[in-house]
Amino acid sequence: MELLTALVVGLLFAIGTYLLLTKNMIRVVLGNALISYGTNMMILTSGRLKTGRAPVLGGTDEIVALEGTGGLAVDGISYIDPIPQALILTAIVIGFAVTAFIFVLSYRTVQEYGTDNLDELRGWENE
Amino acid sequence: MSNLVAFPVLLSFGTGILLLFLHGRVSVQRIVAFLGSLGLLGVSITLTSTVWQHGIQVRTAGGWPVPFGITLAVDLFGGMMTILAAIILFTSLLFAYRDLDPAREKNFFYPVLFFMMAGINLSFVTGDLFNLFVAFEVMLISSYFLLTLGGSGGQLREGLKYLILNATASTVFLIAVALLYGVTSSLNMADVAAKAAQQPGNPYFTLIGILFMVVFASKGALFPLYWWLPRSYFFAPNGIAALFAAMLTKVGVYALVRVFTLIFVHDTSFTHNLLLWVAGLTMLLGVFGAIAQYDFKAILSYHIISQIGYMIMGLGLYTPLALAGTVFYIAHHIIVKSGLFLLAGVTQRITGHTDFKKYSGLLTGYPGLAFTFLATGISLAGVPPFSGFFSKFALLKAAVEKGAWGIATVSLVVSLFTLFSMIKIYRKAFWGKESGERTKRTGMDHAMALLPALILLALSVAMGIGARPMMEFALAASEQLMNPNIYIQAVMGR
Repeated sequence: MELLTALVVGLLFAIGTYLLLTKNMIRVVLGNALISYGTNMMILTSGRLKTGRAPVLGGTDEIVALEGTGGLAVDGISYIDPIPQALILTAIVIGFAVTAFIFVLSYRTVQEYGTDNLDELRGWENE
Repeated sequence: MSNLVAFPVLLSFGTGILLLFLHGRVSVQRIVAFLGSLGLLGVSITLTSTVWQHGIQVRTAGGWPVPFGITLAVDLFGGMMTILAAIILFTSLLFAYRDLDPAREKNFFYPVLFFMMAGINLSFVTGDLFNLFVAFEVMLISSYFLLTLGGSGGQLREGLKYLILNATASTVFLIAVALLYGVTSSLNMADVAAKAAQQPGNPYFTLIGILFMVVFASKGALFPLYWWLPRSYFFAPNGIAALFAAMLTKVGVYALVRVFTLIFVHDTSFTHNLLLWVAGLTMLLGVFGAIAQYDFKAILSYHIISQIGYMIMGLGLYTPLALAGTVFYIAHHIIVKSGLFLLAGVTQRITGHTDFKKYSGLLTGYPGLAFTFLATGISLAGVPPFSGFFSKFALLKAAVEKGAWGIATVSLVVSLFTLFSMIKIYRKAFWGKESGERTKRTGMDHAMALLPALILLALSVAMGIGARPMMEFALAASEQLMNPNIYIQAVMGR
């Protein structure tokens, strides 16, 4: 399972990097989005992929952190580590806001310059 | 345990939200923003003096035990940064009152400014790596807004590049945090540092350290990731540019210093030597870029890059004196660089340009402006009795003591070129025959625009004359930085 996700993450990164390096503005924005999806998947993998009980605990359960595995154990049953999922949730929200902002900014830039080719957006002069 | 550590963040957020509700009433917004910045100054000074008296202040959100909850922890270095941020906010506001055009001022300038301050202050007080990422994002998304506010040609174009670079760097940040979580199963900086100390030979830490270096190098404009800085700051309105030039890159530097003094300290012969090389190249290429420029703001923008090299030089040397030099230099740089950008702004108000080809001879009509610039400029270059001399002296002494002659030579050469650049600005803009147009303004208006730069110059002089207490503070801060155990014990409580 880890191997599969690693390959998918690698693929997303490869496509994302390719798109980031192209000259078309919309491709750059999409490349950025793909890379952030790859990252989210990587965070999920960093918490180890395993089956177990959902991380919902009763009031009297005693929590033990399993050293070095990133997991938790309660009454001897291993639990899914909830932290990576919380991180991804935050990262998705932030990524959503930033992507929305990039879209608006790209749109305004295209309106202003009449081109979406990044090569034509170089230069120093202050118009 | 003290709630005080959260106040710089809460006060910024609170003021920002209040300002949102005052949308459309610019004069009320001005007063609220003014009071908010004074409040921030007061809170951060109180916080830092508490840290000075009682050691590192820690607060865990929601009372969770330490590795689980989000920790806020402030040491002397972080406390100093919150004070500097508040000072720069205050002076930039004073300048923006005079300089910012009404259309920009009306459209959410003040609320977003305070949201950005919340992000900046959160990154200085947080003790949690993921929280640091969130703080960076809060700061960055506000900075995208401020940088493109108004949307005049160059702003949109350069803002887009700034945004894409930072969005990509943030993704790498997230990757680095995820990998570190995978290795240590913790996000709390103190906990991660303690776990890193238990396995000093683990190569993963060096790898993740380099990832963090790439991230903070692109946010802090280090070689080879500095190309975005000169242009994006060039096109921003002057009051905003002064705040950005002073604070934003320094947040990256702060984060770099934090992780490379706390977590990644077990392979210094590789990581810190690499930082030293990067520092030298950043200094040199930044200053060469500045020499080639022929524009007030462009020269200053390139000098930000070269001076970030000095800060990283102290970190790369990694001795108590060198880190004290870094702390002192950051304080000096933030004050002086912001002052110089404000002076560029004042010049632009008078002449309408920052390009030297379009005006000269400002000394005749505006001697006060010319001499303020001269004093601030030579402070940047490191001439006594200004603050620049003492901070550079500490860094140089540390380099010589460690026998790092290469970086010592580079830093001296770069200082000379900095002086050359400042003299060049003085010669082109202030000396010579009067040419170019002058906007008619009253003397009072001019004096009010000059006031924030004068405040900053006074602070630079005060730091130069009071170099001894300032250096004592810097040494105390560097002692905390050099001994990660102090931080770990304060946070973990054992």
